[in-house]
Amino acid sequence: MARGTVVGLLGPNGAGKTTLVRVLTTLLTPDSGRAIVEGYDVVKDADALRHVIGLAGQSAAVDDYLTGRENLELVARLYHLPRSEAQRRADALLERFDLTEAGGRQARTYSGGMRRRLDLAASIIAEPPVLFLDEPTTGLDPRSRLGLWEVIRDLVKDGTTVLLTTQYLEEADALADRITVIDHGKVLAEGTADELKQQTAQAVLSVQVEEPEQLQDAAAVLGQLDAQEPQVEEATRRVSVGTARGSSVIALAVRELESAGVGIADIGLHQPTLDDVFLALTGHGAEDDADPTGDA
Amino acid sequence: MAAVTSAPPRPTSAARLRWMVTDSALMAKRNLRRTSRRFEYIVFLAIQPVMFILLFNYVFGGAIATGDVSYADFLIPGILVQTVLFTAMNTGTGLAEDLNQGMIDRYRSLPMSRIAVIAGRITADVATIVFAVAIMIAVGYVIGFRLHGNLLESLAVPVLSVIVAIPFMWVSATLGVMVRNVETMQSAGFLWLFPLTFISSAFVPVESMHPVVRGFARENPVTIAVNAVRGLALGIPDATDIWKTLAWSLAITVVAATIAVNRYRKV
Repeated sequence: MARGTVVGLLGPNGAGKTTLVRVLTTLLTPDSGRAIVEGYDVVKDADALRHVIGLAGQSAAVDDYLTGRENLELVARLYHLPRSEAQRRADALLERFDLTEAGGRQARTYSGGMRRRLDLAASIIAEPPVLFLDEPTTGLDPRSRLGLWEVIRDLVKDGTTVLLTTQYLEEADALADRITVIDHGKVLAEGTADELKQQTAQAVLSVQVEEPEQLQDAAAVLGQLDAQEPQVEEATRRVSVGTARGSSVIALAVRELESAGVGIADIGLHQPTLDDVFLALTGHGAEDDADPTGDA
Repeated sequence: MAAVTSAPPRPTSAARLRWMVTDSALMAKRNLRRTSRRFEYIVFLAIQPVMFILLFNYVFGGAIATGDVSYADFLIPGILVQTVLFTAMNTGTGLAEDLNQGMIDRYRSLPMSRIAVIAGRITADVATIVFAVAIMIAVGYVIGFRLHGNLLESLAVPVLSVIVAIPFMWVSATLGVMVRNVETMQSAGFLWLFPLTFISSAFVPVESMHPVVRGFARENPVTIAVNAVRGLALGIPDATDIWKTLAWSLAITVVAATIAVNRYRKV
């Protein structure tokens, strides 16, 4: 991993994302193999490694009965920073995360977004060069999510290396320089968002048929265009298929579908999203088993 | 991950030892802050023993024959031991709470001393028990309890009461680390503590009990502890009771602490 970059770890629940993060943050001893973070072996040099990493886990690790400021100061002291430095950094982070006003209040009065911000602030208070964010925005409303994204981008700009796990494709697309897609503990693909899109899925032709009975006919026709397996979505009466033919494929598809007697309600060609990549790699959509409360 | 050419030095053992002490102190401070902000807990801590004192002294006490000793003098040492044991169960509940939330992942990813989570908990809970003991002795004085011994014996009354709590805090810590669930912990703590404290000399003389339970009550370590504290309060200390109490306190503490720490390391 290059410094000051974000690697996104993308995968459905049960893919092994959290397990990997737990191994890399010394919470879990690997059954086999070795892992090196910042030059430290996660098993042999666990103590030293903990000085240079930060972790924000899935549930915000915030002490409800301490104030925001006390939470930050405690974590700073447990990183073995001197008291005055702990206070200085706590104040600076409260300011930076827009929590100055709430800093004197007990954390149990905080909203979900505020708790996440406080948790993230705690994880970076020792200015660790490597930061692990395990589904940092799960369960947040869209506005808080965007706010948190901004904060993460700023950290990266300052040189922090971030390993981010997420089940939101959009989030990986927005934040990560490189993305690793995993499922069932195996790496399925690795690269930049653009590379992944190019490598695994071409543009996608999507057709909505008029009558549900025409779905199978449409799938047969579209399947022959590029000899690719089409995806059928009964609920939306849509058939979609990858294609390398460019925009001329639309005219071709319309002609073929008409001669097969399929009524077209809507047709379109769109550039692949990470959703398509994910679908192509795992055989199922990312949101299928997206469960914001579950473990990954 | 990016590999650095040479790994920086690992912390020395002197640094580890220093961190163990400072981290434990930080965690103790954190726990005391939490306790002091949970109003309902403070009320429970202070009110529960007072209710027991009033209940036994004014409701049951008249029917309990304690010979030459006034019932208030008989009761307060019993209440002291009973309350510290019940309060000791909060250690496990607090630990279960810490282990159950995302907190423990945060702590374990920090370079802090691992044992500080438990050591800080025990330290803070000892301080809480000192507070409860002070309240009980004060309320005891209001209802007629007196320390009849010399200064040393009188000082030994609260000190021995707090010492007796420590093995139970470790047993509770073991349970807390094992069950890691606050609700389970609460029932797991009281199920066995209830017979242990009530079938003892804490509230009534053992001789007055039914023969079925009398044997158990006589050998019950709680009885020995209560008798030791009571002897000190009355100014007629029994060295055997005191030594026995200190001996089993130490034995249980060593065993329970070993199990608790071992289990905790595997969490």
